[in-house]
Amino acid sequence: MLAKQGTAYYVPHGSHWPIVGSVGLFSLMIGASSWLNEAAFGKYLFLVGVAILVTMMAGWFGNVIAESESGAYNLQVDKSFRMGMSWFIFSEVMFFAAFFGALFYVRNLSVPWLGGAGNNFFTNLLNWETFQAAWPTNGPANVGGDYETMSPWGLPAINTLILLTSGATITVAHHAIKEGNRRLLNIFLFLTFALGFLFVGLQGYEYYHAYNDLNLTMASGVYGSTFFMITGFHGMHVTVGAIMLTVIWFRTMKGHFLPEHHFGFEAVAWYWHFVDVVWLLLFIFVYWL
Amino acid sequence: MSQVDTHSHTDHHDDHHDHGPAKGLKRWLFTTNHKDIGTMYLIFSLVMFMTGGAMAMVIRAELFQPGLQLVEPGFFNQMTTMHALIMVFGAVMPATVGLANWMIPIMIGAPDMALPRMNNWSFWILPFAFTMLLSTLIMPGGGPAGGWTMYPPLIQQTGVALPFLIFAIHMMGVSSIMGAINIVVTIMNMRAPGMTLLKMPLFVWTWLITAYLLVAVMPVLAGGVTMLLTDQYFGTTFFNAAGGGDPVMFQHIFWFFGHPEVYIMILPAFGIISEIIPTFSRKPLFGYESMVYATASIAFLSFIVWAHHMFTVGMPIAGQLFFMFSTMMIAVPTGVKVFNWISTMWRGAMTFETPMLFSLAFVFLFTIGGFSGLMLAIAPADFQYHDTYFVVAHFHYVLVPGAVFAIMAGVYYWLPKWTGNMYDETLGKVHFWMSTIFVNVLFFPQHFLGLAGMPRRIPDYATQFADFNMISSIGGFGFGLSQLLFIYVVIKCAKGGVKATDKVWDEPRGLEWTLSSPPPYHSFSVAPEIK
Ligand code: HEM
Ligand SMILES: [Cu+2]
Repeated sequence: MLAKQGTAYYVPHGSHWPIVGSVGLFSLMIGASSWLNEAAFGKYLFLVGVAILVTMMAGWFGNVIAESESGAYNLQVDKSFRMGMSWFIFSEVMFFAAFFGALFYVRNLSVPWLGGAGNNFFTNLLNWETFQAAWPTNGPANVGGDYETMSPWGLPAINTLILLTSGATITVAHHAIKEGNRRLLNIFLFLTFALGFLFVGLQGYEYYHAYNDLNLTMASGVYGSTFFMITGFHGMHVTVGAIMLTVIWFRTMKGHFLPEHHFGFEAVAWYWHFVDVVWLLLFIFVYWL
Repeated sequence: MSQVDTHSHTDHHDDHHDHGPAKGLKRWLFTTNHKDIGTMYLIFSLVMFMTGGAMAMVIRAELFQPGLQLVEPGFFNQMTTMHALIMVFGAVMPATVGLANWMIPIMIGAPDMALPRMNNWSFWILPFAFTMLLSTLIMPGGGPAGGWTMYPPLIQQTGVALPFLIFAIHMMGVSSIMGAINIVVTIMNMRAPGMTLLKMPLFVWTWLITAYLLVAVMPVLAGGVTMLLTDQYFGTTFFNAAGGGDPVMFQHIFWFFGHPEVYIMILPAFGIISEIIPTFSRKPLFGYESMVYATASIAFLSFIVWAHHMFTVGMPIAGQLFFMFSTMMIAVPTGVKVFNWISTMWRGAMTFETPMLFSLAFVFLFTIGGFSGLMLAIAPADFQYHDTYFVVAHFHYVLVPGAVFAIMAGVYYWLPKWTGNMYDETLGKVHFWMSTIFVNVLFFPQHFLGLAGMPRRIPDYATQFADFNMISSIGGFGFGLSQLLFIYVVIKCAKGGVKATDKVWDEPRGLEWTLSSPPPYHSFSVAPEIK
């Protein structure tokens, strides 16, 4: 909302949410660490941390939404938010880059080396004599036992269609918001996060199938490691994205946003496209090739 | 650089602005003010500097003589590991972020940082993260002891401390990424009209590039340590050959972060030095634009040199050559910088106040560190030097009389601006001379130790290394003591002293000198005009 335009930048008043967030993060991290160390209180401390963080986000975003709706933010603030969100997404890109980097490294370097490629003849001969390099693999020690890989052309292909469709529906919603067609906006935004949650549900089913029918687990050597870490972090991002879309949907239902000014919507749309692109790479390199 | 004309920067207030700081603890907990947050960052960094310093004293005390006398070897390893983690993530990085917070909005004519609440959160994550990290020292099995580089499989032997270490690093990463995003956005979006990119002070430029490096590599570190965690607790085999992974892969991931990280620590230092030398040479910075391009090239190159830390690990010969030459290439833009600093001084009307003394020492001693870096970059030579005290000498030269001296120079340079009082020049000079003499006594002999073959990260050593170690330890204690004087000078200045003028120095350039000393709570509510 651009009620005020001026040279003065809006410097927000102090807020208790950041320090609440720090306390929440602290208890979440201590809780998680203790949980991993099998301390009885760990799980509870972790959940307390999650609760505090959720409260913090609701409160903090609530403040920002109220300020935005009251017209406190000018164009320059809007631009700060845009830039901030773009750089945040860039940091997320780099986070996924680490895991894709690991995937390419094991596929192109470490697995062939274990099989004797390059100057690693003796590595293979002396340590892993019967090992033939191939992908997918759970390594020369057959870590995690025999397993089957996930076929790309079942559920994963359907999931690809679902995410691509959701990318289209959110674009329709974006056009609708710009044209002021609120009914179309509400419907297509709803469709978008419904597809998002459907994706997450199917992904959950796929994990169930992998663990129970294929004996494909996180511990299935480096194939299982990369498979579950990449799809897992992606799935977490889809979940968060779908929740954010839901929040935006509640806001559009309440009449928030203007045709020319709807940064909250756009930020989530960018994020959604980002998880979409990650999925495409993932589908190609993790499931397919 | 720019001529500055300021209109009425203090008399306009938006209705929403707080007119002054809140009272008591709330001011610090809830603040959105870049100066308050900058101050907190700087104080936090000083506390961490002392904590990490105390650990260094333990290390030097143990190494004073050959043999094991003071601490258990396991504890010694915890000290080296924690010392590095605290100095890198707790002392140097927060100090430069604190300086950025204080100075960048002022230098570009902005009222505050672009995202002030996030700014608060960036800071307030840190005390919690370091509480978590430090708490590992009293856990069963002690803190992490596998080195700050956390190589598997060694680091997998850490006991209950491992997840605490990893999650503490995650928190530091979250804090740095948010801080960096804030700085980029502030610089790109908050400049006063007329402050074009190539009019920005160099400190702003170097921080812009540093922030980009931070956003690019901190997530990679986060990914790497997450893999360590899942390898340990969830049965993944990223770093385990039995499952098809490779422990060396961790080193690649770590150093893909790690080498840009060393530039994250030094680029802001370059910026500070580029502010100070012109002031005390009474000349504009020589080669301003080439400084900008040199900084950008260093940042670019820093992404393609990481494996110079891994020459001895086993790498195809083509890889060795590539990383050797790309590393050496960094010396070119670095040389441009050193050349420009010296040319700035050439025929300047120089005076030698404490900030200038620290800057001069920086130019000289940082360059020594750069030279030893070049020696290490020669792959076949590095086979000899790697994991010896020569490496320790190298990185301490670039980090202590490099990054840390630049931070101190910056603190002396801007302290009168921040507090409104001049610091005690005599004590400042005493602090400078003590630091400079002792830092060389401390680290110079380590070159010889390394060349003679003394390995790093060991609590005991062969008697042939005894003399140089004793000298080094004496330097260490002296350097440690000198820093107490620094704290005294800073506190004394904050409490009072000769009033500083708005300009503080003779003819300094930059918007910060157009504000009062200390500046108003909100720097530029209305943008100044830059012609
Ligand atoms: C001309 C510039 C530089 C070159 C050519 C260079 C080269 C190198 C090389 C080859 C190593 C690996 C040595 C080994 O482990 O065998 C190394 C280590 C290191 N360098 Fe530099 N360096 C340069 C500048 C810097 C700067 C500016 C910093 C920090 C401000 C820095 C910090 C470090 C650190 C911390 C390590 C050791 C990391 C560890 O193993 O714990 N270097 N450097
Ligand atoms: Cu390096």
